[in-house]
Amino acid sequence: MGMAAVVDVRDVVKVFGPVRAVDGVSLSVNTGEVVALLGPNGAGKTTCVSLMIGLRKPTSGSATLFGFSPSDVRARSRCGVMLQESGLPSFLTVRETIDLFRSYYPAPLTADAIVALIGLEEKARAQVHTLSGGQQQRLYFGLAMCGDPELLFLDEPTVGLDVEARRGFWTHVKAFVRSGRTVVLTTHYLEEADALADRIVVIDRGRILIDASPAVVKSASQAKRVSYTATKPTTESDFAGLPVQTLTLDGARVEIITAQPEALLQALFQRGDSLTDLEVAGATLEQAVMQLTARSES
Amino acid sequence: MGASKADSAHSPIRVAPFLPMLAAQAKSEFLMLARVPAFTIPTIVFPIMFFALFGLPNVHEGFGGTTVGKYMLASFGAYAVISVALFSFGVTVAAERARKMTALMRSSPLRPLAYLGGKTIATLAFALVTLIALFAFGAGVGGVRLETGQWLGLFGVLLLGVFPFIALGFAVGYLAGGNSAVAILNLINLPMAFGSGLFLPLPMLPHLVQQIAPYLPAYHYGQLAWNVIAAGSESTLSAVVWLAGYSVAFLLLALRAYGREQSKEYS
Repeated sequence: MGMAAVVDVRDVVKVFGPVRAVDGVSLSVNTGEVVALLGPNGAGKTTCVSLMIGLRKPTSGSATLFGFSPSDVRARSRCGVMLQESGLPSFLTVRETIDLFRSYYPAPLTADAIVALIGLEEKARAQVHTLSGGQQQRLYFGLAMCGDPELLFLDEPTVGLDVEARRGFWTHVKAFVRSGRTVVLTTHYLEEADALADRIVVIDRGRILIDASPAVVKSASQAKRVSYTATKPTTESDFAGLPVQTLTLDGARVEIITAQPEALLQALFQRGDSLTDLEVAGATLEQAVMQLTARSES
Repeated sequence: MGASKADSAHSPIRVAPFLPMLAAQAKSEFLMLARVPAFTIPTIVFPIMFFALFGLPNVHEGFGGTTVGKYMLASFGAYAVISVALFSFGVTVAAERARKMTALMRSSPLRPLAYLGGKTIATLAFALVTLIALFAFGAGVGGVRLETGQWLGLFGVLLLGVFPFIALGFAVGYLAGGNSAVAILNLINLPMAFGSGLFLPLPMLPHLVQQIAPYLPAYHYGQLAWNVIAAGSESTLSAVVWLAGYSVAFLLLALRAYGREQSKEYS
């Protein structure tokens, strides 16, 4: 309670033509928190971040950064932003680009510190268009860090990186967080949200479905999807009392999301159901989210 | 809400000082221009080449109260600066939009005035370089002699009068795509320069072109330069009024195009 909300989003709706990309989101992020906005592609995460950093304006509702309008230069001077899709000035060198962005901030880190942070010492004098994709991604992170920001926005920061580069990137972010800074990131990797965040906000179809600790979201995502073809007619009532989170019947095909697949199958076999084409698989993030919402609504 | 608390920033300085930001922006913009041969060759080499082709063969011949050499130096000086302004604003803005650099810059604390000011300073600095190269060639190779005041006058009017072309470049940068900007700018620049008498003096052009010329911005800009060497056919005041009118028109066009992009991408 005593902490200042650095990001404050209230009842934000963002409509693009017929699409409600953000459909009533309220979110407050306090100093020192690392919040991951997690959701499938097209869920509205990037639009949420665009609204938080003032690249877009809400159709209704309000967003503030440090109590200012997000497009206020006083707010932006305290933030670093790494966007998912943005270009770089190709004919400047790495070092020149960093110096340019340093000039935007009141108390920037030194250029040497940034170059060292992103490990591009060898490439400091190379022009940006000669960098590999991974090196460009590191430069984007470096540019976001130029102003020694109190608050860092990372929109899908590791898309397109290999596993090793992704883990390397996480190390940077964790080091940043240890100094008491605040991070808002978007990702569609649960693993990434779990590795970095102490709070996961699951977004789908422009709405916040869950705002919880990684442990809660992770346990939900450990749900399994059990599907089979029933050899005799089946109705919903047949599954009463069984460990079933969600049930989908499509003719003879049965699909069940459950946290206890073993107990479920044991019960089915014990009562003599005969199953063909049985499949047990990890639930997708969407399915895990549906299960979570089902639980939170009940 | 927590505004009063959030107000107490860690550092007493809350935003970056404007002038160093402007200087860094201007330096970067200049380097980005100077490193692209597709920009430097048409703006530095072409005017010198045209002067060598059209002006050198009869450089000391009398023409309209002055000499061919002096007249052509003023003409191609105007052509060079127009090219710098159109391409520096038009192509870079279109490329920034196409490559989504705009989003990165907009989400940073870069101030719009530093962005525009940096581009303008870089454009003027580059225009100065092109003029120095052209005039050095004209004086050194062509043996063109002007009074000191006339040299300074040419630099002065050409650099001060460039604003309408900056505004036009900016408008094209916001209207054109990243790939089409260069073609569109060439389609504007070359016919306008020819039709305004910058390549060949107006009396040598077809009657129809002579009729159209007084409605082209480059014609009035050329008059500013020709007046410096007492070879103009329009008063400087009249030329300035025309150029101011074109500036307003192109600026409105640019703001409209900018506003359209703004409402599509950033609202």
